[in-house]
Amino acid sequence: MTHKTVRIGALTRVEGEGALVVHARDGRIAGLELRIYEPPRFFEAMLRGRGHTEPPDITARVCGICPVAYQMSACQAIEAACGAEVTGPLRDLRLLLYYGEWIESHALHVYLLHAPDFLGYDSGVAMAADHRDLVERGLELKKAGNELVTAIGGRPIHPVNVRVGGFYRAPSRRELAPAAERLRRARDHALATVAWVAGFDFPDVEHDYRFLALRHPSEYAILSGAVGTGDGRAEPAGFAVADWSDHVIEEQVPHSTALHARLDGETGYLTGPLARYALNSARLSPLAREAAAAAGLGPVCRNPYRAIVVRAVEIVHACDEALRLIDGYAEPERPCVPVEPRPGVGHGASEAPRGTLYHRYRLDDGGLVAEADIVPPTAQNQARIEADLRDLLGPRLTLPEDELAALCEKAIRNHDPCISCSAHFLDLRVDHG
Amino acid sequence: MPRLAVWKFASCDGCQLTFLDCEDELLSVAARVEIAYFLEASSAPGPGPYDLSLVEGSITTPEDLERIRHVRRVSKRLVTIGACATAGGIQALRDFADVREFAAVVYARPDYIATLDRSTPIAAHVPVDFELRGCPPDKHQLLEVISAFLAGRRPVVPAHSVCVECKARGNACVMVAHGTPCLGPVTQAGCGALCPAFNRGCYGCFGPMESPNHASLNHWMRELGMSTPELVRIYRTYHATAEPFRRAAEEAQGFEEGAG
Ligand code: SF4
Ligand code: SF4
Repeated sequence: MTHKTVRIGALTRVEGEGALVVHARDGRIAGLELRIYEPPRFFEAMLRGRGHTEPPDITARVCGICPVAYQMSACQAIEAACGAEVTGPLRDLRLLLYYGEWIESHALHVYLLHAPDFLGYDSGVAMAADHRDLVERGLELKKAGNELVTAIGGRPIHPVNVRVGGFYRAPSRRELAPAAERLRRARDHALATVAWVAGFDFPDVEHDYRFLALRHPSEYAILSGAVGTGDGRAEPAGFAVADWSDHVIEEQVPHSTALHARLDGETGYLTGPLARYALNSARLSPLAREAAAAAGLGPVCRNPYRAIVVRAVEIVHACDEALRLIDGYAEPERPCVPVEPRPGVGHGASEAPRGTLYHRYRLDDGGLVAEADIVPPTAQNQARIEADLRDLLGPRLTLPEDELAALCEKAIRNHDPCISCSAHFLDLRVDHG
Repeated sequence: MPRLAVWKFASCDGCQLTFLDCEDELLSVAARVEIAYFLEASSAPGPGPYDLSLVEGSITTPEDLERIRHVRRVSKRLVTIGACATAGGIQALRDFADVREFAAVVYARPDYIATLDRSTPIAAHVPVDFELRGCPPDKHQLLEVISAFLAGRRPVVPAHSVCVECKARGNACVMVAHGTPCLGPVTQAGCGALCPAFNRGCYGCFGPMESPNHASLNHWMRELGMSTPELVRIYRTYHATAEPFRRAAEEAQGFEEGAG
């Protein structure tokens, strides 16, 4: 009997910290665990007793790379609990802010974290030594996103201008002008990015994913919508965000390190760019659709390595839509709608760059948070990432360990796992057999 | 070339992301230092010792208690960045609660969780050469700190309150002009008075300034309609265990008891 354990001590170029342990016995995988040793921070417990206006700022601190996603899901859940709705120009401003986060987060992942895998570098900085122009283009793109978030939110990490009901102050047209200027260049950079990454050498892999992403009647859903599920072949099924917990159940598995989310009783579904694209590609902006077609994506993409192409297409869409919204922007009469607290439960979901982020709050008689539930994308993808790794490793167990480790890291990075966001991840000792 | 390391403890990654958000300066900084250890940005971690270690995050697990000592041993200079590393961060709210109860709220099997009862700043465990404030820190301040240490001098970071920045920026005082409660008078400058520029009161994300007069501020916050629980909550958020904010919250509670 031969034993072999592949360990990746610390995952790199991902948000947060994690490790992978694989046990092989007689040439077969006996156990595989993506191990997350991010210390638990207990957000859901800390939120209890806070005022109904507080979760957007507090939950932003779950993740520095997608704080806007947390602010948007939190605001919408609380507004739903209080019977308020943010529409019209205020909703457009929220979308704009969110597009900014999408652009900077995707540009960071594509250029600094993911592309080095395809070009054979350890980091974006190392890549810059040979491809300075490319890295500079990536940084410019990222900066365009950050400037948009800054123009509306005050700063790119943990923006200060978001509140339940809307904003503290709506930006003037003049304040958005420089961001628009930069976005026009960014849109060209984004198109060039799609063409660039589409030419990478992708492993020939397809997985039969079950996808989950928000769907909206007229938009490529980011800010809001109903939950859609499906395999990208048949018309997607769907349910309302308020019914989330009837369909998605998180389980703590004793011999696993993380909560595994099950969708309608099945484990291992995928949320994130591939899911959004599979369920919504027809609703991308015309320019983004063209770019996708030119990149050879087709209406559904099941190759996880090509997620980088989908991300690039999503950057085009975000730049394009942001410009359209800025062009049509008229300062709203008031920066927010009143949201009076009342006892009740509210649900909110939006598409973080890494996938669907669900929040639920129960407010008590005094308008304070009595219960909070947060389901971040990485916790949902955890089981599916492990399945990808099993498929990858199964036939390759005889390869040298350092090669295997490098392959696994790449396969994990396809999903841009944001481990800090995984508020639920555990520090668990595993029996190494 | 001086060797730089970036370390992460319990945190949201926002502070180290601030470094990657220096889009215009990133490549020129990278030309002047060797980024020897930065897991979020590079898959080729190099061994120590390091000339400058930037540390993000607070200490919340038994392993991290050990790891921070290791980081100190391999670092010539150690600078903490952000509220988590300098004050315990938002996760320090556990200090006012029973961490086991917290774990039970979040996890079905809290017994799987190895965690400490408290979330402590880095300086509680090892000597720290400089503490940079902010949740997240301001990127210009971060660049100043890095260049100062590379040049072998102390960073120039103001110790005055956000109020001074409001005046410098020409913001109308949100307390005087709109009657909005604001922690600006007791909060350390650095953000450029961001919240007041958006018609919002400061919520203290840069932590307490050097010698805050919270008794006077508490009086004004009450005048503006803040209740005791609201006052306690605003101090107990991102810097709950930083001494001046801890005392300010306790004083607010004491006021209530004294009145009752
Ligand atoms: S100080 Fe704030 S921005 Fe920095 S890691 Fe902690 S929560 Fe994130
Ligand atoms: S005004 Fe206060 S809360 Fe707002 S960013 Fe500055 S220090 Fe942070």
